[in-house]
Amino acid sequence: MADATTEQEPLLTPTVDDDGAPFWQYAARGELRIQACTACAELRFPPRPCCPHCQSFDSEWRRMSGRGRIWSYVFPHPPLLPAYAAQPGYNAIVVELADAPRIRLVGNLVTAPDAPLNSIAPERLRIGAKVQVAFTTLDDGHTVPRWILERP
Amino acid sequence: MASLKDATAIVGIGQTPFAKQLPDSEKTLACQAIIAALDDAGIAPSEVDAFASYTMEETDEVEVAKAIGAGDVTFFSKVGYGGGGSCATVAHLAAAIATGQASVGIAWRSRKRGSGPRPWKNTAVQLPTPAQWTRPFGLLRPADEIAMLARRHMHEYGTTRDHLFNVALACRNRANQNPAAMMYERPLTRDMYMTSRWISEPLCLFDNCLETDGALACVIVSAERARDCRQKPVYVHSTAQGLPAQHHGMVNYWNDDPLSGPAWTAARHLWKQADFGPQDVDVAQIYDAFTPLIPLSLEGYGFCGRGEGGAFTEGGALESGGRLPINTGGGGLSEAYVHGFNLINEGVKQLRGTSTAQVPDASTCLVTAGEGVPTSAVLLRAP
Ligand SMILES: [Zn+2]
Repeated sequence: MADATTEQEPLLTPTVDDDGAPFWQYAARGELRIQACTACAELRFPPRPCCPHCQSFDSEWRRMSGRGRIWSYVFPHPPLLPAYAAQPGYNAIVVELADAPRIRLVGNLVTAPDAPLNSIAPERLRIGAKVQVAFTTLDDGHTVPRWILERP
Repeated sequence: MASLKDATAIVGIGQTPFAKQLPDSEKTLACQAIIAALDDAGIAPSEVDAFASYTMEETDEVEVAKAIGAGDVTFFSKVGYGGGGSCATVAHLAAAIATGQASVGIAWRSRKRGSGPRPWKNTAVQLPTPAQWTRPFGLLRPADEIAMLARRHMHEYGTTRDHLFNVALACRNRANQNPAAMMYERPLTRDMYMTSRWISEPLCLFDNCLETDGALACVIVSAERARDCRQKPVYVHSTAQGLPAQHHGMVNYWNDDPLSGPAWTAARHLWKQADFGPQDVDVAQIYDAFTPLIPLSLEGYGFCGRGEGGAFTEGGALESGGRLPINTGGGGLSEAYVHGFNLINEGVKQLRGTSTAQVPDASTCLVTAGEGVPTSAVLLRAP
């Protein structure tokens, strides 16, 4: 069941909007960049048209080190969409960035960029564990960030 | 400045049966609940001139008004954020009636969640644009989104699965007293809880609300008019909505303090307008789509300190006779999950003295809407 269904229904890919598009374009180049206000330098996520701190509409995309720590994590179990149910025991994590702890990204902890979402043993997940970003390109061409333990 | 305090009252409540599967359509169920509520109040449908609902309601006011035979409608509103809007329907009607924009208001919720389509069966509905930051990574359902906060709360404050079980048990015990509840005469044990299947670890089956077909409605009029109605009025004492600074949907991971949710914002306004505080609340109906929403709400509404919501549940505090009996009809976890509207009607029953798990002499009740999303709350008061 799993193989056939997975081929028919791949993992979800981002529905990109104008504000978010640069994030995914940089991801396709293997870069983790976060929107920053050009006027006051505050980072913001998710991307938005203007700065909630100083209301400037000017922004740039600042490259992050890609280092972070696990802020929290879950293991979703069925009922799930088929592509996710086909990877039983997979994890979803929230990573707080080392460069900006209040910027937190939802992602997956894996053993290698292209490894399945359930490739790492559940007991390896721990709040506070240090992680490093890596990128994987999905079958349909979208590139998304994944996270790998700093100490594998 | 005009005050809403006790200016209006809920004078009628109605509901359909609750079940995993009901034959009638959502529109039919909505009309049944509304007509029952009007009958309870002793008010003719032709006198209804205001409607308030909240999003994820498929039956629009234009359908309902025509079907029940309402008169000219001069006020209608629809509050956003699904279950976060339940109490705001009462708040909007109270404001409209207190300011003379309408005289008889109906709030309702009709849902076929038990037998209808569910998001995890449909890829397309998983992909609204804001979900680009979460869904591709398999954070698919509200249960996953709240489980993330629950794990963090456990890590920061020592909240345990036993604390969450205390919540599930209190709701189930009350449902066991309520013949209308889906979980009537179906007791829950700690062993059942601890060995049930995971839905989104650390949340198990019993941390999740029911899937229910059913509808409820209530009728709101001015306090003056309420004196002539069939039932003892239940006054709308204070109301609030809450959309905190920096908030972001149910994945509130992107603000300074994700564990301080919309409840905190709603609570500040709610208590500011009220003649009493959390220590004076006799019974509470707290939105419980998931068990962790209870400790988060207990903290937000000021029943305990920050991080103490788990510990608050110990020693039977949430049970009948405890420090704060909650969800006395069984709540979304064990009576019916109808986006929280059953909590409003149960609050009314408590202050009328007609609950199946009646708190003796209850005269104040807090009712809350969905936590984690922009929310709302009402304080109800007996005459
Ligand atoms: Zn700025």
